[in-house]
Parts: sequence; structure tokens; C-alpha cells
Amino acid sequence: MQLTVWTYEGPPHIGAMRVATAMEELHYVLHAPQGDTYADLLFTMIERRAKRPPVTYTTFQAQDLGRDTAAIFKDAVAAAYARFRPQAMIVGASCTAELIQDDPGGLAKALDLPIPVIPLELPAYQKKENWGASETFYRLVRALAGAPSERDARNGRRPSCNILGPTALGFRNRDDLIEVKTILERLGFAVNVVAPLGATPADLGRLGEADFNVVLYPEVARSAAQYLEKTFRQPFVDVVPIGVGATTRFVEAVATLAGVDPAPVLADASSRLPWYSRSVDSTYLTGKRVFVFGDATHALALARVAAHELGFKLVGLGTYSREFAREVRAEAALHGIEATITDDYLDVEAAIQAAAPELVLGTQMERHVAKRIGIPCAVISAPIHVQDFPARHSPQMGFEGANVLFDTLVHPLMMGLEEHLLGMFREDPEFHDGAAPSHLGHAPSRIADAVERAPKTPLLASAPVPSLHVHGADAVRTAPWAPDAEKELKKIPFFVRGKARANTERFARERQLPLITLETLYDAKAHFGR
Amino acid sequence: MNAHAPVSSGECGVAVRAEHGQRAVFCGLTGIVWLHRKIQDAFFLVVGSRTCAHLIQSAAGVMIFAEPRFATAIIDERDLAGLADMNEELDRVVTRLIERRPDIRLLFLVGSCPSEVIKLDLSRAALRLSQRLAPGVRVLNYSGSGIETTFTQGEDACLASLVPELPEAAATEELLVVGALADVVEDQFSRLFSDLGIAARFLPARRAGQMPAVGRGTRFLLAQPFLADTARALEERGARRIAAPFPLGAEGTTAWLGAASEAFGVDPGRFEAVTAPGLRRARQALAAHAEQLAGKRVFFFPDSQLEVPLARFLSREMGAELIEVGTPYLHRSHLAAEIEWLPAGTPVVEGQSLDDGLDRCRAARPDLTVCGLGLANPLEAEGLTTKWSIELLFTPIQGYEQAGDLAELFTRPLLRRARLEV
Repeated sequence: MQLTVWTYEGPPHIGAMRVATAMEELHYVLHAPQGDTYADLLFTMIERRAKRPPVTYTTFQAQDLGRDTAAIFKDAVAAAYARFRPQAMIVGASCTAELIQDDPGGLAKALDLPIPVIPLELPAYQKKENWGASETFYRLVRALAGAPSERDARNGRRPSCNILGPTALGFRNRDDLIEVKTILERLGFAVNVVAPLGATPADLGRLGEADFNVVLYPEVARSAAQYLEKTFRQPFVDVVPIGVGATTRFVEAVATLAGVDPAPVLADASSRLPWYSRSVDSTYLTGKRVFVFGDATHALALARVAAHELGFKLVGLGTYSREFAREVRAEAALHGIEATITDDYLDVEAAIQAAAPELVLGTQMERHVAKRIGIPCAVISAPIHVQDFPARHSPQMGFEGANVLFDTLVHPLMMGLEEHLLGMFREDPEFHDGAAPSHLGHAPSRIADAVERAPKTPLLASAPVPSLHVHGADAVRTAPWAPDAEKELKKIPFFVRGKARANTERFARERQLPLITLETLYDAKAHFGR
Repeated sequence: MNAHAPVSSGECGVAVRAEHGQRAVFCGLTGIVWLHRKIQDAFFLVVGSRTCAHLIQSAAGVMIFAEPRFATAIIDERDLAGLADMNEELDRVVTRLIERRPDIRLLFLVGSCPSEVIKLDLSRAALRLSQRLAPGVRVLNYSGSGIETTFTQGEDACLASLVPELPEAAATEELLVVGALADVVEDQFSRLFSDLGIAARFLPARRAGQMPAVGRGTRFLLAQPFLADTARALEERGARRIAAPFPLGAEGTTAWLGAASEAFGVDPGRFEAVTAPGLRRARQALAAHAEQLAGKRVFFFPDSQLEVPLARFLSREMGAELIEVGTPYLHRSHLAAEIEWLPAGTPVVEGQSLDDGLDRCRAARPDLTVCGLGLANPLEAEGLTTKWSIELLFTPIQGYEQAGDLAELFTRPLLRRARLEV
């Protein structure tokens, strides 16, 4: 048993729903108890879809358990087929139905429907949402892509490709697709099928006609692409084109695959990120400490963008996608740090506090954590809330995506600089110590307040540490701060003040100093200097 | 003017029909989202799957980060394979939790579909943990599973689990108001009962250590329509229910207060004096909305069991026309007064067959459809105006002072549709 307040991923059948909802003419019958329909509102509310997800739930109740839940399931499949007349169906069980051991695949087969019915085995007690999406897509492709056949020689025809990976409820998938399609079309490729987003089961039957595959989100589509590579000898590119560098590598990779020249497209690359990042106004971004956490695709991509395209210093990198732990660890090692591979947001919170970043790039949870400790933050990965399904065009991928990323990553910091200026003038009558950072919504919590701002009373108390993270060593008493040292600490920009305080106290503790003086503060600064 | 609803067991020409099929409803776990805010030193630990955790996080939205007093112990394959003793695992999780949250006085182990299906005995676990954690923490259990409870029934199951634990009351007559109400509403009712000269207590109380006593002298008044098991448990303790409609709208509130006043022999003159100001304000607040709702055709999908009282309010006080009133469960005797107040022939549907209900709704093209968030946007996209029903659980709607707010919840979507030009 695992004690959980927040989960980064839903159960695997939510992943299956993301694939089913992305597609057209496909219906999903889910053997599930009453109540599991809550998942519909992720799509209708968070993503603001105007249609119900194409999912029929059996919604069995306790009184049905004594009777025949298998019959309920069969009836639901038959009724869903009669009503929706889909081209294909997927059937499976949610966590509770997995326990009662009806066999959705066998039961659906017994109905002998005139369409493909694809059973899904999604082990709800081992696997999670992204795995469920990947497995569902893989099963669909396997069942519907048909038998391998010889592709016609190109004979002057445009090279064509499939775009694999975008789903419903995917972070910025809608706009990423627009950008990637534009790039591929500029390179002269025909886009054969985009799947799952917008594809029908019949479209999946045409996957084999393409010359190669483009995998946008490896979490969802890599295993399907591997299957297609094996069966149809379609090579695939899974360079995720997030950031200028990665987009360039992506263009080169697909161009090489199809034997076309990438130069015209690259010459035409219109991203403003490189110039913005070189303009002198961006100099202050150099070496900004950044912590990155999210799904593997976005965490890896953003780590590279942050380090190589904005000149930040990566002080933390992690993912909740355990399937991609090795790749994330390897990337972290390049930056001389250890990756945080966890699905417990308290571990991520602890890692953020330990790394003392000046900017956090993460999910909805890291946004809240950063807000609590008073650090600027931008959201770069699911899970996300409704505001991250924006009305405006906001891709992450491609050259326009890089523009979006520049703004997204720098905006909270610009505001941070404003706060710094306000802090410098805090002795002026217009400003006072109690003013909350404007970009952080509500007033910072008391913990953040205590860590970030010098306490007013009692002047000599040590900074409170959140009780959850008290370890044995911290119980050793920290020396009190002399008033002038305390005053000097206040002059340090608020977003590094917590780190300065912690370092100075650690310095004093290790040397068993009785009092933290002005000297101690600067000795510690020299000792720990970045 | 000691008017209150005539109580009748008859169904007064209302056409109640049962329906079976796919149900688009929440499970009882969702009740945690408002219950944990009501009982301020209680913690709700769901024993379930990742789906349960995901549901609560979806339902709780941003609330999840304000040090929430709920969590899920996720059963994993080691538990199911018997590699880990599930009771030992549960004890370990609870111990860790209580260490982290020493302010907790009452812990609810909340059963889910998975824990019910594998027959994990949470009542024994609660007993064992109660003994271990006494006297600091009491541990109770109830089921919020989808197979046993629908949405608000989670509150019923929770309160019913509290009832055997309540202290024994002295023989004196005391009023117990049952059902979680917003604090502001509870305070208003508390003042009204006090002005009426009735000693009233509320279940649940705001703190675990202050739960009301119950005994043979207790008369209880349900503030919510979904409290079947809680009422039965109170009756087993010797308490007697005061039959009344529910305190929604000016009329419902007056009848609800009136039923209690009659049971406690309050002088009619005093009743009128105490209720007149609130009643006057409520009617005044409602008048503006009645104009907009009069003649509007309303369709209710089943959700919370509040549908019948809400439909009664919309029909009698707002002049709306009822096309269909869906309810997940209809407690005939608790809702007798409400049913009597519905216009004759109102179609009431108990249970659900989602696609059939949607067919009827589309065919009727109501002016306003009350439904869950899974249906609301899709129906809006089809050109129907909707009111999402969950808000009726999170917003203070009971009593005189909230009557106007209640009406506004229904008029706002209509006003918005009229206002938008694109």
C-alpha cells in the first residue's frame, strides 16, 4: 500500500480513454463500477471537449455482483454497438472489474460483432495512465494496421509519413501537431495518417502506406512505432522537436530518412528564441538555477532548452515516468546532478527545496510547491489544469514552440527581477516588507515568508523548517543571528535569500559558531560561492 | 401561520418510474471533498486504487494542496498477491499518517470498490487501530464505494458511522439537525432555533470531540434528503424523525422550521415573529429571479437526491415547468412532503439509463438542463443551456438568506446565454 495525496498519473484505463477520445469512429466499453464515469469530466471540463468521450461504462453496483456482471457487460457492448455503430471497439476492465475477473475480451468475442473488437489488458494495480495510453495505441495499431505489404517504389512521388502520439488530454498536443505538420509539409512530405488524434480505425488500416513514422510523444507512441518498424519496415524518428536545437535535429533526422535536403527549411526557421536569448537584456538569465520535473518527454526537452538555449544552470531534473528513468538519469548525469525519479510529490518538493532553484519548470503540482516556497515557476508538462488548455495557439514544438517557451520560461523571472528591484527599494516609503510578490497570487504562506523574508520577531530565532523535512542533523541548534547580519541578509534578493540563510546557518553549525555575524555571512558566501 | 407540509405517504399523482442502465454519477468518495471541510479535525483515508485517488484529486481540484485532510492508501499488486499482509500494510500507512498529522482526532477509513470486492474488513481494522491509537485518535469506517453509494450517499454512510459513537443524551427533548451544512447556514439556523426557543444541535459537529448526544428525547430534522442510513441509525438509538420538506427556498425553509416548531410546541405567534424577517427577505430576493424562470422548462439528470426538492422549489416558487426529474435514489418517506408538493403528473425517474435519458432530453429541448460536468459542455455544444449540478453541493443554498443565491444558480446560465453575442 502506498499513501498518496496526489497522483501524477491516473490509472491505465484513463490512458485508454485518452486514445479512444482522441480518435473518431471508435468506441470503448469499460467494465467499471458506478462512479468511474468521473473520468468523462477530465475531457469535457479540463480539455473543454464539446462531445462526451466515446466510452460506455457498465456502472455495475453491489446488487449486481451477486448476479451476472458478465451479462451486464455483454449487454453494454451490444447496446453500444447498436447505438454508435463504430468502425471498431476496444473493451476492457477498470481496477474493480479486474478483481471480479469477468473476461471482457472473451465476452465481447462471443457477441460476434461485425467489427473488430480489441480487448485491452491494463493491469491497474501495476501500471499507470501513460502506459495505458501506449498499450492501447499499440494494441489498436497491431489489430488494425493489417498485414504487411510491399510499398510501391516512390518513383518521384512525395515521401509520406505518419505522425504518431498526440492524444486527448495531452499537454499542448493540439498545437504541437500544427507546428510539426507545417514543418513536414515544408520539407515536401505528405502526412499520411495522424494518430491517435483525429484518426479513425480505418485510418489505422492505412498506416502501412507511409514511408516512415514520426513519434511526437515516446510515452504514448514509441511501442506502436517499434511494431510498425518491425512489421512494415517503416523507420521512425523520435527526436522530440521541443526547442530550437531539438527542432533542428528533428528536421535533419526526418530529411535524412527521406533523402531530402533540410537546408531550405532550416534557413527559413523563424524562431526568435536565439536572438532574444542573445540580446543583452537576457544576460541576467546566465546561470539561473532551474529545476525541471515532468513527464520524460518534456522534462528531457526542457532541460536541454533551459541549459543550452537560455543559459540556465540545471540544478534538478526528474520525471514521474519510470519507463524512461534511464534516459532521464543519463541526461541528469551530463549536468552533474542526480535525477529525481519518483511519483511522490513530497519527494519532488524535498528535492526542490534541497536544490534551491531560482526557477521551477514542472507540472501543476510543482506550480503549487513553487508557489508555497515563493519561487517563480512555469508549467511544462502534464498533469495540468484547465488554464493549460489555452484558447490561443501555444505549441511547445517547432520554431514557434521555441518562441512560446522563451516567453514561458522568462516571464516569471522577469517578474522576479521586478521583485528584486522592489526589494532594493524596500526602505522607501512606497514599499514595505509585507508586500507579497505580485506574480505569486495569494500572499506567500507563513513558511515561505519565514524562509524568504527576515522574521520581524523574534529577531534571533532560527528559520523554521517545514516539519515534514526535519532530519536528525537539523535538530542540532543553529546559532542565532546578530542584528546587523540579519539586516544584511535582508539586502540579498529574496529569491536567493532562503539559500543564503540556509548556507550561512549550515556554515555556522559546522563550525559551532555561537553567533552569526556579518563576518559569518560573508565567510559563508565565500565558502559556498556559486 | 404555522404552515408546514402536509405529510402523506401517497405519491399524489406523481409518476415515479425506475430505470436501469449506464449511470453517469459520482461515487460516495466524492463526499469527502466537503465533509473534510466540515469536520475540522477529521482525516479521510480511502483504501482503494489509483482510480480512487485520481477521482478525489479531480473532484477536489486545487483544494488538494491546502494540506488536505484526505488521502488514499493505494492497494498494489503486492497486497493483492498476498505478498504483503494488507492489515499490516494498513497499520503501517495509518501510523505514518498520524505521525505526520498529529492534529488529527478522528480518522475515517473509507471503503472503495476494490476494498469491498476483495472484502478487506475495514471495520475490524478500524476497531484495531482505534484501540491502538486511543485516546488521541478515534478510527471509524464507512463505504464510499461506487458499487454501494452514489455521490451524496457517501455523506450518509459517513454520518451513519458516527451515530453509534455519539454520547447518550439525557431524556430532555432536544433537536438534532442532521446533514453537513455550510457554516454560515448552520449559524443562521442555529440563531433561528434559538429565537424559537428550541435547543438545537448539529450533526456533524465541526470538531470530533463535540459531536452531539442522542437518545430517546432526541427529535431529529433532516437538512438533506440523502440521509436514509443515518436516519435509521438515529432511530435505532431511540431518536424520532420530524417529517418535513427540505429547507430550500422561502417556502421550504418555512415549512422545515415549522415542522420543528410544531414538534416542540412553539407558539404560532412566536414562530411568525421569528421567521417573518427572513421570509420577507427571501421572497424579495426571489422575486427578481422568478421573472426569469417563470415558464422555463427544466430537465434534471440524476446526481445528488437533491433533485426532487430543487424541482419543487423551481416549480412552486419560481414558476418553472418540470419536464423530468431524475434522482439516483428516491426515499419515499423522507421525501413524502416534497413529492406531495410536486405538480401532479411530474415524471420522476429513479435510477438512470444514460443514453435513454439523453435521448429524452434532446427530444424535449428543455430551457435549462441540470446535469453533471461530464454532460454539461457536450449538451451546451448541442445548444442546450445547462446548470452543472455539483455546485449545488458546494454552495450554501439552504435557508432564507440563501434563497436568492439558490435561484441565481439557475438564472445565471440563462442570463449568460442571452447576453453572449458570439
